[in-house]
Amino acid sequence: MAVMMDTSETYAKAWIPFLDRERTVAKPGYSRWMIPPAALCVHLCIGQAYAFSVFNLPMTKLLGITQSAPEDWKLTELGWIFSIAMLFLGISSAVFGRWVEEGGPRKAMFTAAICWASGFLISALGIKTHTLWLIYLGYGVIGGCALGVGYISPVSTLMKWFPDRPGMATGMAIMGFGGGALIASPLSVWLMSKFQTATDVGVFNTFIVLGCVYFCFMMFGAAIVRVPAPGWKPKGYTPSADTGKKMVTKNDVFVYDAVKTPQFWLVWTVLFVNTTAGIGVLGQASAMSQEMFPGHITAIAAAGLVGLMSLFNMGGRFSWASLSDYIGRKNTYFVYMCLGFVMYITVPYAGGSGNVVLFVCCFLIIVSMYGGGFSTVPAYLRDLFGTRYVGAIHGILLTAWSAAGVAGPVLINYIREYNVTHGVPKAQAYNTTMYIMAGLFIVGFICNLAIRAVDSKWHMKKPGEVDAGAADAVPSRA
Amino acid sequence: MEHVETNTSTLRLILAWSIAGIPLLAGVTQTLINAMKLFQ
Repeated sequence: MAVMMDTSETYAKAWIPFLDRERTVAKPGYSRWMIPPAALCVHLCIGQAYAFSVFNLPMTKLLGITQSAPEDWKLTELGWIFSIAMLFLGISSAVFGRWVEEGGPRKAMFTAAICWASGFLISALGIKTHTLWLIYLGYGVIGGCALGVGYISPVSTLMKWFPDRPGMATGMAIMGFGGGALIASPLSVWLMSKFQTATDVGVFNTFIVLGCVYFCFMMFGAAIVRVPAPGWKPKGYTPSADTGKKMVTKNDVFVYDAVKTPQFWLVWTVLFVNTTAGIGVLGQASAMSQEMFPGHITAIAAAGLVGLMSLFNMGGRFSWASLSDYIGRKNTYFVYMCLGFVMYITVPYAGGSGNVVLFVCCFLIIVSMYGGGFSTVPAYLRDLFGTRYVGAIHGILLTAWSAAGVAGPVLINYIREYNVTHGVPKAQAYNTTMYIMAGLFIVGFICNLAIRAVDSKWHMKKPGEVDAGAADAVPSRA
Repeated sequence: MEHVETNTSTLRLILAWSIAGIPLLAGVTQTLINAMKLFQ
């Protein structure tokens, strides 16, 4: 049931006064354009997670140096590091979402910086002592918590600073998460080459340097981030302009009430569908393109395709989210679902007809919408549930990402494997999966169609507002 | 309450955007160079 809105803002004091939410309230005249770089500093750092695979091969040769020794770690064991980190991303964003929302962005960014740097340093210790569980704990658990807390930390702050362009604002930050790998991948390779000796593959020193560099970057973001003063609005912005849109609410919904609404689960399903489809092709693009176009797409060209997809993943996060400010969130997701359906139907045709250009175009559009799905969803949640707890609600919604992280690769890999073992030529082994993905988009389309404005019974009551049916109301932050 | 956004100096804005933007730009450039292999 509805929750009473508490405007007393009695947040727990941080043990370091600098981190207090009150200390982050912007003074008059503070430019809101300082907030996107603050958010980018955090997201560019934690986006390194997408590039962690560059360490996999060197970490299988920590003892053997030139080639794997029998005591060296196996790739299958190392694969768990990323999986644990992704798991803890989902868990921490869901568990700590409310704390992030109430404690303010600086405290959350600081915590994320400490966890992210500690994760690297503990992992470096794991490398030095050749203890794999230390890396699971460091990068996987502690680093995973940094991913979750860091990912959601600037989201609601950005939307409060940019009420006129919430999609563009969150798109800029979440674009950083996609761009983080573009920096981390060449940087890590370069650092390892510098630290490599006849007796060391260079991973230990690289982890130490990355941990320190990322800490400084994230702390810079934490230092310059501010929350707008109560009642602040951008020059020339009239909030009443939004009220004409039925889907955009001016009210707030408490985080734990939001998950009781059908709207939350419909958005969850839509995000799950979009992410499953994107992750599936993103992870397997190299192998898939080479198998579908043998002789046309070489391993080097496939690597180029993966690079191009990373750029479209990043660019899609900004451009689709910005577009959603003009056409609306629901319509943007309709575009994802319809265009995604068409693209997945087209991929088998492109493979069958040997049309490489069409195939590449399909993949680039799919991956741009994958990124766009992530960056558009915070503004979608804000439209439905208001700004007050959007970060916390977004944190819980990210469990859809974790679920899709399992479903996407499973759909692609296992169905391909099944088809190949049953005599289907490799070039056509992905066709069934493509049609299943297209079917998923129909489910997503229906879910998106079913999303309506949240019932007013879930709206938080403002102080002094009388609600006859709110006998069970609980004060916020109780 | 409405604030005129003029007090944050342009230099601070340029510095903040440079710290976030230059590494990103370098990463994008490097990736574009690698992506060109697709067309070779």
